[in-house]
Amino acid sequence: MLVAGVDVGSTGTKAALLDENKKVRALALVDTGANVVRAAERAFREALAKAELEEWDVSFTVGTGYGRYRVPFGDLQVTEISCHAKGACFLFPQTHTILDMGGQDTKAIRVSETAEVKDFSMNDKCAAGTGRFLTAAAQVLNLGLDDLASIASESKKPLKISNVCTVFVEQEIMMHLAKGCAVEDVLAGVHSAIAGRSIALLRRVGLEPEITFTGGVARNRAMVTALEERLKVKLNVAPESQHIGAIGAALFAWERAAHGEVGKTRSNSNGPAERDQRRSLT
Amino acid sequence: MNYVVGIDVGTRMTRAVVVDDTGCERGRICQETGARLEVAAQQTLEELCVRHGVDRNLIVYVASTGYGRYRVPFRQIQITEMTCHAVGALRQFPGTRTVLDVGAMNSRALRIADNGRVVAFRMNDRCASGAGRFLERVAKSLEIELEQIGALSLRAQDPQPISSICAVLAESEVINHVTAGKPVEDILRGAHNSIAERVVALVRQVGAQPEITVTGGVTRNAGMVAALEERLGSCVNVSADSEYAGALGAAILAQQRWQRLQETPSSPERATA
Repeated sequence: MLVAGVDVGSTGTKAALLDENKKVRALALVDTGANVVRAAERAFREALAKAELEEWDVSFTVGTGYGRYRVPFGDLQVTEISCHAKGACFLFPQTHTILDMGGQDTKAIRVSETAEVKDFSMNDKCAAGTGRFLTAAAQVLNLGLDDLASIASESKKPLKISNVCTVFVEQEIMMHLAKGCAVEDVLAGVHSAIAGRSIALLRRVGLEPEITFTGGVARNRAMVTALEERLKVKLNVAPESQHIGAIGAALFAWERAAHGEVGKTRSNSNGPAERDQRRSLT
Repeated sequence: MNYVVGIDVGTRMTRAVVVDDTGCERGRICQETGARLEVAAQQTLEELCVRHGVDRNLIVYVASTGYGRYRVPFRQIQITEMTCHAVGALRQFPGTRTVLDVGAMNSRALRIADNGRVVAFRMNDRCASGAGRFLERVAKSLEIELEQIGALSLRAQDPQPISSICAVLAESEVINHVTAGKPVEDILRGAHNSIAERVVALVRQVGAQPEITVTGGVTRNAGMVAALEERLGSCVNVSADSEYAGALGAAILAQQRWQRLQETPSSPERATA
């Protein structure tokens, strides 16, 4: 048995394939871009190619993320909040609070012992305190997103970034640089500002340990350090942090498949018969 | 002949206006600000002198305004953009009682008395919603030149709502509209309407009174002016000079101050000027 989870985020689209033992068989990540449907398909195919499997091997697929209703091969849609909770609790069973920081959204989620969502809070009005803040900083400084963390960690004297608005902060960064401030100090300030915003979200749902940090920004070491310093507690960060939503979605798919439900990628195709037919043609 | 200069160092553009000692405008200029405000101010002044044949040594007084007003090394005085826009708008349209300054980063609504004094004032100080940068981002995500979006938006048949206040989140909304196959004109009009709504909220907070004069860089955009008029339910004063209102106001105030200094010869400022 093979199940799939596809997480269509604002910036990246992630896919995860799990086998009958809930073991991750493959993960994939593509840029979402403007065409959400194609992004979902590309991520799904990339994961299948990595696992050397075909789409009819997939028994059930769950879509999540903001583009979940645009996954054409999705059998069920589950909110990213439930999926992140599911995925985080699967990887770190002691998780009680989740911080999911993505390209445009930051969410704080409180879960029960059974990975049930108890409460959540998110930035619904603006992009303050999200990954976009980092993207903006990277653009102004003309740096790659992946370089930010290592540069920020060299800072001896982090600057205070006073603006909350992502657009205003671009201007503030330019001003600091024009005054001759060091890039690493500016960047450390940016990380610290985002940490401050997300901790405010976490406090709204209650800061019960263990805290698991998910989403694309969790790959950023400087962000993890900034959060840990302010919270004075270690965070759970998985190597596959960016894929936790997709893994959670795949776990929901696993539950359905375990009850014998069969999704469309499998039922719509003739399965191995079609594969054999195609092989005989080539 | 002596000259005085008003220089408005904005977040995106730096504008300068030169007036002679009778208060008559002699020339104007607009250049991009960039990151180095002192450099932008210096270059704008030099270019102003070159283009309008003004001898730098005959400039006796400079008033700076705008967000970079403290970073103009050659200024004699700095004046808030609020005061300058009020004075500039009143010079351009003497019936002005409400000024709406829509710039790249900030939007301000001012209610003024007939002598130009600011009576009430509101601005977007926390975020870029309802400012020109919102449109810049929309234009960028649609891959259309900023100069063209206003005219395009006027051709909209069915404006698409943009519900995000945040300039950053609005970008994704724009992309969603594009993906859904909505015409660019309709999306653009939606974006213009969104800003108009935010700006008009500021106007209501100060208690708008006619005539309403719009100033700032966004006045270049005919679509924005139309969206504002629609929201306000009334016509607004706007002209090709409107984006210079801040710099003009600074120049007028500079000229008045220079005149006063001439009348009180003991002032120490005269010697340095």
